[in-house]
Amino acid sequence: MKLSKRLFLGLAVGSTLATLPMSALAQDWEPTRPVDFTIMAGSGGGADQIARFVQSVVEANDMTNRPLIPTNRGGGSGAEALLHLKDARDPDHTLMVTLNSFYTTPIRQEGLGVDVEQFTPITMMGVDPFVLWVHKDSGITTFEQYIETVREMNGEYVMGGTGSGQEDSIVIAYMSGAYDLDIKYIPYDGGGAVAKDLAGQQIMATVNNPAEAKGFYEAGDFVPLLAFSDERMDAYPDVPTLKEKGHDFSYYNQRAIVGAPGMSDQAAAYYRDLFGKVYEGDDWQTYLVSESLSPLPMDEAETRAYWATQVENHRKLLSEID
Amino acid sequence: MEVLSFLASGVLTALEPINLGLILIGVTVGLFIGAMPGLGSVNGVAILLPITFLVPPASAIIFLAAIYYGAMYGGAISSVTLGIPGASTAVATTFDGRPLALQGRASLALVTAALASFVGGTVATVFFSLFAPLLATVALNFGPPEIFALMLLAFATFVGLGGDDIPKTIFSICFGLVLATVGFDTISGEPRLVLFDIQGFLRGIGFIVLAIGVYGIGEMLWTIEQTRGEITTTNPKMTVKGLASDAKEAVRRGWKGTWIGSLLGFFVGVLPAAGATPGSLMSYGVAKMVSKTPEEYGHGSPDGVAAPEAANNSASTGSMLPMLTLGIPGSPTTAILLGGMVIWGLTPGPRLFIDESEFVWGLIGSFYISNLAAVLINLAFIPLFVWMLRMPFTILAPLIFVLSIVGGFAASRSMHDLWLIVIFGLGAFFMRKFDYPLAPAVLAIVLGPIAEPTLRQSLLLSSGDPAIFFTRPIAGPITVIAIILILLPAIKLLRRKGRVATS
Repeated sequence: MKLSKRLFLGLAVGSTLATLPMSALAQDWEPTRPVDFTIMAGSGGGADQIARFVQSVVEANDMTNRPLIPTNRGGGSGAEALLHLKDARDPDHTLMVTLNSFYTTPIRQEGLGVDVEQFTPITMMGVDPFVLWVHKDSGITTFEQYIETVREMNGEYVMGGTGSGQEDSIVIAYMSGAYDLDIKYIPYDGGGAVAKDLAGQQIMATVNNPAEAKGFYEAGDFVPLLAFSDERMDAYPDVPTLKEKGHDFSYYNQRAIVGAPGMSDQAAAYYRDLFGKVYEGDDWQTYLVSESLSPLPMDEAETRAYWATQVENHRKLLSEID
Repeated sequence: MEVLSFLASGVLTALEPINLGLILIGVTVGLFIGAMPGLGSVNGVAILLPITFLVPPASAIIFLAAIYYGAMYGGAISSVTLGIPGASTAVATTFDGRPLALQGRASLALVTAALASFVGGTVATVFFSLFAPLLATVALNFGPPEIFALMLLAFATFVGLGGDDIPKTIFSICFGLVLATVGFDTISGEPRLVLFDIQGFLRGIGFIVLAIGVYGIGEMLWTIEQTRGEITTTNPKMTVKGLASDAKEAVRRGWKGTWIGSLLGFFVGVLPAAGATPGSLMSYGVAKMVSKTPEEYGHGSPDGVAAPEAANNSASTGSMLPMLTLGIPGSPTTAILLGGMVIWGLTPGPRLFIDESEFVWGLIGSFYISNLAAVLINLAFIPLFVWMLRMPFTILAPLIFVLSIVGGFAASRSMHDLWLIVIFGLGAFFMRKFDYPLAPAVLAIVLGPIAEPTLRQSLLLSSGDPAIFFTRPIAGPITVIAIILILLPAIKLLRRKGRVATS
């Protein structure tokens, strides 16, 4: 009896060892509790949509043994989420879906003591470009006309955005500086509200992600004038970029999944494998196209380097705004 | 009559076996999620969103909308039976629902709530079917100055009511407004009033946290003090006959509130900024204002139950409208539905009615069916809920405490919120002892976060000139009415003095 048990155990161990190929590192760690999937924005926004999309793909294909639990921690422009990750008691089960407040909030709120470069890179799901939109009733169809109109209005041209220090305000600040524009900027609490007030012509122009303006664009209400991407966007081939206009500036919203600082290498490898599969799946690839996200696949080292340059860029951009 | 044929095919879609099954499940699940304090339609819809990837998009949104609906009905249940608002949308229901329950008329309150919800939901759906595109343009005409004017009007309905102690009402509103400013300031992009540097305040003070503290813990303490644990609040027997006579009484004494709630709630729900919670609070205020017997409010008026309940159902249908036609969520729950639609590959926005008319009309058809299902299921469960009240308060009190804590934690999974609930509960108990009205503070913390940014956005638009609230065609009249309502008590006072002087 005893013998057979030992024999059985030996066989079991032996066979495990035999079938232990290269992927061992990713295989031998699995979440042991539900995974905290923190979203650094409120419900309904771009980051929230992406988090819930990813969660549902994982759920639908039964890709994890423990569920991902999305929790919105958008307080303080993402400060709440950043602190939650920084102080995570169980870094191996704590992930976050980011936007660019990942860079801007620690710079603007130094008291938080958050250094994002200590966070663990997991997967870059894509980057979200920005586009300048006006309402069709304004009659403006080109960027040059827009510049002219803004100058004529002499400080009375009203644009809406998601607030000082937020992504679109950085873009608008750069554009205003480059073209010497005097714009009245009205902050709103989300990209959806901004788009709605452009549709109602409460404001005259916005800088929105394509996803937020798409419905109105397709209905013919919004006219895209300029893209702040590196190259012309597939969905808007006729819209010139700011780079074509001779200014070396592009700006994207980072849609990434990051892990808490101090996450173990095994856990990070597991999540990279998991979200890598999500990224390559048809669902996500379709989503990238329909929401006009640009792919920007990066490995760990590239991501770290990317973060370092982004932090530096944002520090510069923000210092120019304030 | 193109609309009718669309509608007919929509209702048929909703009656397909799979959809009908999902409606029944959704409404029932929603009813219980809504009845759980703290858990509201937002949580229900968010938790169940991933499940919907197993069925076609039309069925998925029908299911989620059914949950949304069911939760609106269910919210009233714990508001009435336990005095804890089941969801933020049901806070105003506690104002009169709880007193009715204490008088042993819980079943009347619940029947009123169910019937008002049904009327509210149905009226809103009819409007929705007939005027959706038109209403969408109205919503677009509401910019920051209009929304602010509307918020001012909402405050005015609470201040100008008279009867209550006005200085204390104003104090209570101001207290709520201060709490509403805690957190992150969108306009300047800076955190503010992060009390004692506690991280939890970065998120601001959640409305549901305040509501559970004030109405769950505070109410429990108050009842314990008043009764020393002696009472059992009961209406021991529930019969079909009793239910029928309650229904009759509900119709007789609650129809006015129901109509006000249905119309006002729908309108407020359609405006993208607001949603069902402000809608129900405003309807309560207006119903009280136009009532011939305002002194009954707060002491168990069926109208006071009917108005917010009709409004929250009506508003939840209304808030679907900007979501579908503009792609803008009118409430936190529709924000999640919107995310869902994107995931299902639909683009909400002006083209949705044209490109995906089958989907849209299937959804609208399901509103009718969901409403009918919800009211029947709700009525069927009322005896069960009333039965809960037969428990002695010595058992009920700890139950309320546990439900408040569990519900508060479930909503945000944060210990910080739990401490706040306890603190607000104690604070509310003392405010009540000193006779400060609590409802205005609750109203302020709901409306403050809408009123403050719109005020500042408007003033930014006008370069600081307050005339913007008077010169715009929609904002102007609303502002004037609001100011008259606020000044009404003062005018009454002057008149009375004048009369005394002449005599």
